[in-house]
Amino acid sequence: MKTNTGLIKNFEISVGKIVDDSWTEPMGPTPMPTMSTLRDWDMKLLNRYKPFYMPDCDLCCLCTFGKCDLTGGKRGACGIDMASQSSRIVLLACCIGAATHTAHTRHMLHYLVEKYGSRYPLDIGGLNIKVEAPITRLVCGIKPETLGDLEEVLDYAEKEITQCLAAAHTGQEGNNLDFESKAFHVGMIDHIGMEIGDIAQVSTLGFPKAEPEAPLAAMGIGTVDTTKPVIMAIGHNVIPSVGIIDYMKDNDLAEKLEVVGLCCTAHDITRYFNRGRIIGPISWQLRFIRGGFADVVVLDEQCVRTDAFDEARRVHAPVIAASEKNCMGFKNRTNDPVDEIVADLVSGKAPGVLILDPEKVGEVAVKVARQVAPIRKKFKNLPELEEIKKQSKTCTHCNMCQRSCPQDLKIPKAIKAAAEGSMTELNDLYESCIGCGRCEEACPVKLSIHSFIMKAGEKQMMEEKNFCRVGRGAVQDVEIRNVGSPIVLGEIPGILAVVGCSNYPKGGKDVYDICREFANRRYIVVTSGCAAMTAGSYKNAEGKTLYEEFPGEFAAGGVLNVGSCVANSHIAGAAIKVANIFAKRPLRGNYEEIADYIYNRVGAVGLAWGAYSQKAAAIAAGFWRLGVPVLVGPHGAKYRRMLLGREDKKEDWEVYDARTGDKVNVGPVPEHLFQTVETKEEAMVTIAKLCLRPNDTWKGRSIKLSHYVDLHKRLYGILPQDLHLFVRTMADVPPTLKDEFTKILEEKDWKETVIPDPTLLPRMIRKMKE
Amino acid sequence: MSCEPWQCAEISATKKANAIQKPEVAVALIKKAKRPILIVGSNAAERCIEDKPLIDFLIDLANASKVQVVATAHMVGEFLKRGYQPAGFMSAMDIGNRLVDPDWQGIDGKGPHDLALFVALPYYMEALILTGLMHFAPDLKTMSLDNMYHPHASWSFPNMTLEEWAKNFKVMTSKFEGEQ
Repeated sequence: MKTNTGLIKNFEISVGKIVDDSWTEPMGPTPMPTMSTLRDWDMKLLNRYKPFYMPDCDLCCLCTFGKCDLTGGKRGACGIDMASQSSRIVLLACCIGAATHTAHTRHMLHYLVEKYGSRYPLDIGGLNIKVEAPITRLVCGIKPETLGDLEEVLDYAEKEITQCLAAAHTGQEGNNLDFESKAFHVGMIDHIGMEIGDIAQVSTLGFPKAEPEAPLAAMGIGTVDTTKPVIMAIGHNVIPSVGIIDYMKDNDLAEKLEVVGLCCTAHDITRYFNRGRIIGPISWQLRFIRGGFADVVVLDEQCVRTDAFDEARRVHAPVIAASEKNCMGFKNRTNDPVDEIVADLVSGKAPGVLILDPEKVGEVAVKVARQVAPIRKKFKNLPELEEIKKQSKTCTHCNMCQRSCPQDLKIPKAIKAAAEGSMTELNDLYESCIGCGRCEEACPVKLSIHSFIMKAGEKQMMEEKNFCRVGRGAVQDVEIRNVGSPIVLGEIPGILAVVGCSNYPKGGKDVYDICREFANRRYIVVTSGCAAMTAGSYKNAEGKTLYEEFPGEFAAGGVLNVGSCVANSHIAGAAIKVANIFAKRPLRGNYEEIADYIYNRVGAVGLAWGAYSQKAAAIAAGFWRLGVPVLVGPHGAKYRRMLLGREDKKEDWEVYDARTGDKVNVGPVPEHLFQTVETKEEAMVTIAKLCLRPNDTWKGRSIKLSHYVDLHKRLYGILPQDLHLFVRTMADVPPTLKDEFTKILEEKDWKETVIPDPTLLPRMIRKMKE
Repeated sequence: MSCEPWQCAEISATKKANAIQKPEVAVALIKKAKRPILIVGSNAAERCIEDKPLIDFLIDLANASKVQVVATAHMVGEFLKRGYQPAGFMSAMDIGNRLVDPDWQGIDGKGPHDLALFVALPYYMEALILTGLMHFAPDLKTMSLDNMYHPHASWSFPNMTLEEWAKNFKVMTSKFEGEQ
């Protein structure tokens, strides 16, 4: 560098990032928190909702000192006890989940930045959305404006996931509650990973932008025109499917092929392409591949059956793996000429290939599908009824199919009936079967039991013609303004988020029934992921699906699908926006105050009726830290740890009254932070109860209690016995139930109390009493 | 009768439930307990034995043995419909969580329970609750009355046919009735 005063040799300037701090909101106390920053907040929750551990394994097998027997209070070679080991497994699950969403987002963002540039502006709802990234603003203190801004946020998320994962190494953390706190932390990070992923794809790919009236997408196997070549995409990363759809559009083939999706990729296909079809949730994977409907199977990432290739090969469907995370053992053909790859797939010389270029995936998939479709024999892949009868006669009645079935389905009885010529019992299993295929793995005579069930249920399968509302993305700021007050005051009785996977205990109808019940009761019902598909898979008496029956607004009585897994962030985002937009609580780097607000005021409950994955664990953990209770269906017990309050311990339920600093007992609201429920009926009653919040006005509490009592009486056949815990003044009592309440209140020696301005944070107290 | 976990992967590790080969043994164990409690899950109204709902067998047993019943999920209504008043009702997770608390004074407030009998929960849920109790409720014994072997209990009936199961309930009930 040469100046008037001299010459400096070997002088370099590097500009890493120019900080544009035009966001005038002052920075809050905890921007970019590390895993101990919010520990005090976590402990407030964890001391109220203590873990109940149900270890799936008596041992720890994670290091070579082991295996260590941790039964009977014994500690392992490293000194760990069973409570800490159990919470360590929870942390590991949440780390896997957060890493999966964040890695998906990183992969997608890298692609989008390359394609659109780092200065590409974010837009997830135009003028309807000012708070574009509520979780990112809250946690990181960053207001992202461009795709490039998101990378910094992901850098932080990746660092924190690594830190949390490191804490699970042998000889690091040793206290169970600290493990739990770290699980909360990585859950919060998971929400960041999801939020960044969805706002990146919504901004760039033309998805609906916070649209209440997003269109309806056709859903179900029966909606697929199998006279056309069918390309089926499975997984969560829509980018390869975008490559397919773009190629079709560019070559005037948009009407000539069917592009269908399973699991979250399906949601995002329909957000991108109005002719895209949703086949169904993750559990339909085996059905659709084995049914031979797909001419080409494209695998991206997450929730893909690891035997998808073997299954596709059985029906002569070529497979394209499109993700580095899921190479399937295929040769990497990314740099080979398209026509060579197509020729190898069509001829069967290469039954599967790895292609890591989404545009090339698109061209190859379309060309292969068009060539393969005429020569594949569709619909001939399931056994004929006579064949089922014949094969069923070889059954040895060992019961291993039933004993391997997660649902304990009475398969032996159905096989016996099939051997005698009746397919009715097999057909009866169709609805409850989750399509895992464990029955076949266990069968000593190798009966294709899942195929038998599919064949017996074929008519039902082909009649699956439903609608799912296309994932709308975020909730508009104006919607938040409209409902903020009635939510916080309790007049809208609650927000029910029905999310997660499809490991349902008795088929998907429960999900539909629960959503419909609460939509009819004027709760706000939000759906996402596989649960959103299942919610749309049944019809009312007028033949309407849930999404046709109810509006898609974030309003009382609305049923709105936010989209794929990563769109779950918009549900947390909506709760955060209630605190920020409606209540004007500062957002920037101000996690604890916002979580305290949501916990005490926003009557939201998550229900993951069929949750199965580590991602679902991480999503739940993010909600726990925000103070939102989560329910799981019976299979969710396998997460092995619940966070349960004790309504019988009065001392656990004190809050500060922010007006005076007085401690006020508000009763067990919400009673639990994470709970498994056993039946649909129990889920409904529990949802109504978990929507109670300390801040409810008397009018709001009265409305919420009337729903709780009504559901309890109808489904349990008895008045709830814990009503005295929820009534603060007689004004809380629903007027029509005064006599019944009065009797219980008298029996329980109930005393009137005050309705505080509730907080768990001493620093939020405005004026301490003299 | 097999003493393998009914769901094959639900294997135990270092401990395995003692098998109850005769219903008389179960009766003796229940009688020996000072504060037994019977936890009845949601399958009680769905499962039938000899064309009779399982819950009817359980009510007979509860009446004869005087063991207090806690109904989980929505089962309280099924009991009430049949004229039986359970001692309490709560979620399966809640009763599990209370049983690991040594200070919990029981469903009637008269002291901690020393034996928890489980029946009719989904197999995997019951297995998990039993393992939680095995690890974190050292002073509590557990018993499964299902017809599916539960390795995480202290005592469990083996896998058995519906006929054998019905017979066991009848024998147990009659043994308790005989004492009255």
